[in-house]
Amino acid sequence: MSAVPAAVPSAAAFKVPGFWRRALRHRSFTIGAVLSLLLVAAAAVSLVWTPWSPYEMDLASKLQKPSWSHWLGTDTFGRDVASLLLVGARASILVGVIAVGIGLTVGTALGLLAAARRGWVEEAIMRLTDFTMAFPAILSAIMMTAVFGAGIVNAIVAIGIYNIPTFARITRASANAIWSREYVAAARACGKGAFAITMQHVLPNISAVLIVQITIRFAVAILAEAALSYLGLGTQPPQPSWGRMLSEAQTMMFQAPLLAVFPGMAIALAVLGLNLLGDGLRDLLDPRLARAR
Amino acid sequence: MPLLEVNDLHVQLQTQRGPAEAVRGIGFTLERGETMGIVGESGCGKSITVQSLMGLLPASAKVSGSIRFEGCELVGLPEREMCKLRGDRIGMIFQEPMTALNPVHTIARQVGEPLRLHRGLSAADARKEALALLERVGIPDAASRLDAYPHQFSGGQRQRIGIAMALACGPDLLIADEPTTALDVTIQKQILELIRGLVAERGMALILISHDLGVIAESVSKMLVMYGGSVVESGPTAAVFAERAHPYTRGLFAARPALGAPRGLKLATIRGSVPELVDLPPGCPFAGRCRYTVDACEATRPPAVSLPRDHRVRCIRLDEIAAVAGAAA
Repeated sequence: MSAVPAAVPSAAAFKVPGFWRRALRHRSFTIGAVLSLLLVAAAAVSLVWTPWSPYEMDLASKLQKPSWSHWLGTDTFGRDVASLLLVGARASILVGVIAVGIGLTVGTALGLLAAARRGWVEEAIMRLTDFTMAFPAILSAIMMTAVFGAGIVNAIVAIGIYNIPTFARITRASANAIWSREYVAAARACGKGAFAITMQHVLPNISAVLIVQITIRFAVAILAEAALSYLGLGTQPPQPSWGRMLSEAQTMMFQAPLLAVFPGMAIALAVLGLNLLGDGLRDLLDPRLARAR
Repeated sequence: MPLLEVNDLHVQLQTQRGPAEAVRGIGFTLERGETMGIVGESGCGKSITVQSLMGLLPASAKVSGSIRFEGCELVGLPEREMCKLRGDRIGMIFQEPMTALNPVHTIARQVGEPLRLHRGLSAADARKEALALLERVGIPDAASRLDAYPHQFSGGQRQRIGIAMALACGPDLLIADEPTTALDVTIQKQILELIRGLVAERGMALILISHDLGVIAESVSKMLVMYGGSVVESGPTAAVFAERAHPYTRGLFAARPALGAPRGLKLATIRGSVPELVDLPPGCPFAGRCRYTVDACEATRPPAVSLPRDHRVRCIRLDEIAAVAGAAA
């Protein structure tokens, strides 16, 4: 067997018969997929139904313990915690999707450009990503919201910008590996231009790497949104968010510890689920493991 | 007008140890339908030479001299123009069939791709053509395997698919860069026969790179022996095989394993190893390893000496070597 150059998982693995069979047998993939689906389901359900209105305050029944009418109890203002968590999932998903979307589109485009052009273009793009990465992400997000105003949109953009260098680097590194493959030389020998090669040969072959990265960055974005909201810079009241629920619960730590436990658990489970999903996908999409079946 | 005319071609590569003269002033002509082989050790500049013909060298490589394809100068040709030639007029077969096909596309799509690109065929027409090509290169049951992916084929079959891709547009020149090195011996023979048959059938010119002298002897009408970036011997295959005028060519022939050799016989080797292209000596590149070396060899690069039958050799001691070898024989 000839030496296989640095293996890059390929989307072809999706087509390998038995992908789903192997997937269901992969424990961390299955747990991660279930938790991630729960997150999406919570957000979806909240669009049509919540046990109580998440905006309705009822000071008479504040700080209740979990019961049949309020499954997870009520907060300082008498709002139903279960309803807040369901609606809060929306903010997390919104931030995840848009922030990762920004990072994925811009970062991948830059990475592909760097790999296709090489030379000074690659140098310039990579130094720019180094420059961006040198700033602590949360600190810069705080700076941005301080300048442009606190709010979910600014928080999303700030988190999204910090996803750009990550995606740019990963794309460039994987794309460079693909560019050195012989089938790219063969495509060039067929007379294909750099753009066609990038779209038809490079991108499909690095898609698995990107898919894995998407799940991980999604989890990071959810954490970042929670952190910014906790600091009062993300989702603004009365819009519920897990991070804000945590910061509101903080003052009540000793009277009603459960108020901090539930949003904390929601964040932890969502992040854990997405990370497990990413890990599982990485294993499943690795062609070396797929072949070793 | 010859199909391909290469004159005083120089290629300089940027390496970590500085600029390296990978190709040092080589020249040859190739008529339509003519077949030519290039032999030499790894790192002698064979692949770099054909990559410069295809314009596939890295952007940092400096190419000078002249490459004329049907009178059109390829050195300095804009990438866009080069793209029109590649895959259409010049086809290329690669060494590693395992990696020369993209794992995520079906073979029908990959073989039909050049036709869609250069001939503007529709997807359906390209698919029909791809089927005909795959049948011609001997993929069994090609019709039912059009939508299969490369990993579902064996190495030999993948090389056939690679050949079908290179042939799709009916090129005038086919370049095969060690097409059989990665295959096992029985498959090698079949692939070479396929290439020979296709070249004869379509009247293509062929440049075949190999380090297997047997392959060269059977497949091409003329040959170049390369060493250290220059052509040390060139001429009709029969003449080069008969004369083996350059000491390096002699060394190559002597180093072939022979069937029926007595047990325990040591394989002859060429002592030393290929000099690094970064620090090639000023004189004959083979001087350090040649047992006929004299001081004059190391001073300047030997000029090409013409022998009968269009046979040219770069060695200043041809007469003496012939005498020594004759005496030994």
